[in-house]
Amino acid sequence: MNYLDNILAMRAELLVVAQIIFLIIYDLFAPKTAGKTIDFVSCALFLVITAVGFIPQADVEAFGGMYLSSPITEIMKSALNIGVILMFLQSKMWLNSEQIAHKRAEVYILVLSTLLGMYLMISSGHFLIFYIGLEMASLPLAALIAYNKYSYNSVEAGVKYILMAAFSSGLLLFGISLLYGSSGGAGLYFESVRALAIPSSLTLLGLVFFLAGMAFKISLVPFHLWTADVYQGAPTNITAFLSVVSKSAAAFALMLVLFKVFPALFDYWEYVVYALIVASITIGNLFAMRQKNMKRFLAYSSISQAGYLLLGMLAGTAFGMTSAVYYVLVYTVANLGIFAIVSEIENRTGKTEISDYNGLYKTNPYLSVGMMLFLFSLAGIPPFAGFFSKFFVFAAAVEKEYYGLVFIALINTVLSLYYYLLVVKAMFIGNDKITAIARLKTNGYTKTALFIALAGTLLLGLLSCIFAYIEDFSFGLM
Amino acid sequence: MQSYIIIISILILALPLLNFLVLGLADSRFSHKTAGTIGTFGLSIVAILSYITAFNYFFDFGKIDGVYQKFTQSVEWLRFSDTLHIDLGILLDPISVMMLVVISTVSLMVHIYSLGYMKGERGFQRYYAFLSLFTFSMLGLVVATNIFQMYIFWELVGVSSFLLIGFYYTKPSAVKAAKKAFIVTRFADLGFLIGILILSYFTNTFDFGALTDPNGSIIGNPASATFMGFSVLSWATLLIFMGGAGKSAMLPLHIWLPDAMEGPTPVSALIHAATMVVAGVYLVARLFPLYFFVTPDVLTVVAYIGAATSLFAAVVACTQTDIKRVLAFSTISQIAYMMVALGVSGFGGHDGLGYMSSMFHLFTHAFFKALLFLGAGAVIHAVHSNEMGDMGGLRKYLPITHITFLIACLSIAGIPPFSGFFSKDEILVAAFHHDKILFACQYLVAGLTAFYMFRLYFGIFWGKETHYHHTPHEGGVAMSAPLIFLGLLTLVTGFVPFHDLITTNGVSFAAHIDWAIAIPSILVGVAGIAVATVMYKKPSDIPNKVATAFNGFYVATKNKFYFDEIYLFVTKKIIFNCISTPIAWFDRHIVDGFMDFQAFWSNMLSSNIRYLQSGRVQQYVWVFTASAIVIAALVIF
Repeated sequence: MNYLDNILAMRAELLVVAQIIFLIIYDLFAPKTAGKTIDFVSCALFLVITAVGFIPQADVEAFGGMYLSSPITEIMKSALNIGVILMFLQSKMWLNSEQIAHKRAEVYILVLSTLLGMYLMISSGHFLIFYIGLEMASLPLAALIAYNKYSYNSVEAGVKYILMAAFSSGLLLFGISLLYGSSGGAGLYFESVRALAIPSSLTLLGLVFFLAGMAFKISLVPFHLWTADVYQGAPTNITAFLSVVSKSAAAFALMLVLFKVFPALFDYWEYVVYALIVASITIGNLFAMRQKNMKRFLAYSSISQAGYLLLGMLAGTAFGMTSAVYYVLVYTVANLGIFAIVSEIENRTGKTEISDYNGLYKTNPYLSVGMMLFLFSLAGIPPFAGFFSKFFVFAAAVEKEYYGLVFIALINTVLSLYYYLLVVKAMFIGNDKITAIARLKTNGYTKTALFIALAGTLLLGLLSCIFAYIEDFSFGLM
Repeated sequence: MQSYIIIISILILALPLLNFLVLGLADSRFSHKTAGTIGTFGLSIVAILSYITAFNYFFDFGKIDGVYQKFTQSVEWLRFSDTLHIDLGILLDPISVMMLVVISTVSLMVHIYSLGYMKGERGFQRYYAFLSLFTFSMLGLVVATNIFQMYIFWELVGVSSFLLIGFYYTKPSAVKAAKKAFIVTRFADLGFLIGILILSYFTNTFDFGALTDPNGSIIGNPASATFMGFSVLSWATLLIFMGGAGKSAMLPLHIWLPDAMEGPTPVSALIHAATMVVAGVYLVARLFPLYFFVTPDVLTVVAYIGAATSLFAAVVACTQTDIKRVLAFSTISQIAYMMVALGVSGFGGHDGLGYMSSMFHLFTHAFFKALLFLGAGAVIHAVHSNEMGDMGGLRKYLPITHITFLIACLSIAGIPPFSGFFSKDEILVAAFHHDKILFACQYLVAGLTAFYMFRLYFGIFWGKETHYHHTPHEGGVAMSAPLIFLGLLTLVTGFVPFHDLITTNGVSFAAHIDWAIAIPSILVGVAGIAVATVMYKKPSDIPNKVATAFNGFYVATKNKFYFDEIYLFVTKKIIFNCISTPIAWFDRHIVDGFMDFQAFWSNMLSSNIRYLQSGRVQQYVWVFTASAIVIAALVIF
């Protein structure tokens, strides 16, 4: 394989880098008055990248196995791309606001940089690349979280995030170094770690620290404490990105590493993941029940959703991997649909409490119905996509006879229905004439985002070919 | 199958669905006129496409080597295992193509007729949307390639029937009738679903092609497991028949159909006369080889239930005074006729006469019964009442309705050369060769049918001269044209050579009118008409005398043999008191109590763990590290 082939194998990464460079140059030289065209240019370019991502790519190993790409990693990247494009589309309102407008291009550049990091995590074949990807996906996020720099909350969230991220990275790096030590200096290629992964206490400690670091990124209980504070403080569109794209990318990366590198230690990480799932689903739900703030509420809801996602991973089968990827896809459209509405409302009126949604149906019937459908999908009510995605992760877990776990998860879906319906109840039954949010006229970008999200929520479940397509490329413990 | 036929059949399904979506979403944004035009125009295209399909199927590509073939085109939708999967697709074979023609024709007539009948009604657009939904579901039901797809559309048909019966939702009786129809048929469908599950469990397929292939492994080598003395497949087909009996209003699941007459009359013509109610017959016909070869015992059950139903409904029809209810019971009776025909049928060649005649009767009955209902609609439209007591002498005011109604009555009474004669005659022949008791029963029913239909006819158009507040008049061309068209169909459909087209195994056989049976059956029809003429043509007190003579029997019949009361007694007194009340108590105190306890517990827990979330980063890091170390300790040791 010559040098050029190696580089071309990184198709997705290269395109993102190209867009980043283009945007930097464009931002430098474009007249400031034409600033708004950058929204269109960014969205359009990224749409192209998303489309290219759907072109199938064969298994590739580049740079001596440092970089691995296979159809399933490309599907995962496409799932992330869909999240990013939805996030771009719904950010327009926020970017138009006075304090942000002059630095809008950086939002795109920073988001794309984290995306690049996520790509590297998913496609890595070496723990160093993995770590670089992880950091690349974390640091720009801190900047984005603190983007409303005159807002006390936003800055506090940024600081909290960077502190916690630094700490968890430290732990993860420590874990990797232990793995390196236990491999006897054979290197940090996935292959070589895998070959020497025997259940010694050194390896296990490394594995647990690695898992803890990743659990931070996915915000699994008990490594989730930063989540609610950061989600609440960050600009809502960045919260959307954090809760969907960043979380899914980390989950994908973790799944790939566990499947590729640690199949021999399955008996050990099985218990850890099991415990993390139970804790995340239950604690996430219990906290979500009591939230008054929409963004904190969504933070806890996303913690428990991450628990369900891991159910598919725990099975360790190809079907499990498919169900997890599919779960992410469905979760992406539903959650970003909700965020499109929440951010629209926040950016227009500054309201983020659940009680502010009282009587929303009277003033904004379309938004309310859309929001209701997304919430139903998250709660797993048929015939929306969320039902099928939950069904598949449960099926994957049942196939491996985790009856107790599925039972706990099922009870928790009932709990979750309660708090999702609280929001629906506020919108439809809650009646507050004085403070009800006035009628909003959404712009074309948000509308497009809502339509895509709605179409996904309604159709993903019914088009069985999508699930079958992902299943063709999935693999189990290797 | 040629590709253009596939496209046409997809269009046949897609157009009504599109109509439904457009009309349903636009709702009151369309004027009445626009909605009616869109609905009717869409349906006329569907009808034309159905005729093209039928013509091509029967006379062009359908027959290969003298045998009508089954053509399927489907995509896999849900896969359970390599052999068991649910497909969605289109199946063309003689009976499904025949049903396409029947459904689209009657539906088109009803669409046109409703332009006049429903004029100015509130919710006119909604009415047309529901009509389109129903047509879509019914078409989907008949072209289903597998039993599960059929079940899906079966339920859709049930839903749209529910919506249409309850169309006048401000009227409590309509709401009640809609609920009753839905609950009773849903109850029957429970049996259907269980039947499907048993069947698919033991045969490992949903596909009609595999289930009904006489040379296939399922019929050649059926599952031998038994349950309570009967083979599991008998249970399956019996339960599937239960679903069919619910939709086709067979005894004792018939109670919903008379009440369903609360819907607008054109709806009754479409759903409760020509299409949905024959779904049960169609279902048995669809699975006929399975019934015949594997579970002949169940087929006998079908025949006897059919015979009992047809006799029962015919007797009840003689005493009803609401003209739509008379027609409803007559429908039950006639559908039961078709069931009997299936029950007595053999397989292959002339032995399959029952099957052929059943489909034949379905075909002819659809048109003349729709005609009767639409005629009744015209009468109701003219005098604003359903009661025979408010009518009489209408022949002068409604000449077109009168003539077409008479044609339909003669047809159902089995008088040649009207269509009903031919199909009924074939059924009687088939019954005669199979079972003399069934034949006697159906022979009696033929006489009763002639009697009550002409009782109805004379009661409406002759009888006493009623004084009307304002002169009754015809409902305009939109209502008359369908009557005339259906009247013409009633005259000609009897001559369709069904034995060439629709047979058990796809091979034509020679059939001819068996005069040894036809002449007595004509005579019994004429006798029924004669009795009705004497009793009802002119006002007289003979009917009262007869009623007094048979006092007890008359009252029982008039009250439909107390079936509704029995149901009410069983549900309200026995099920509600002895089963539901204890369950409700259990639910309220034990189950709810448990749930409340859980809610209380979760609430407590969630308020107790709040302190974990303090907002202090130091604490977060502390928890983080502690958790990692605890987990590591647990994993390592």
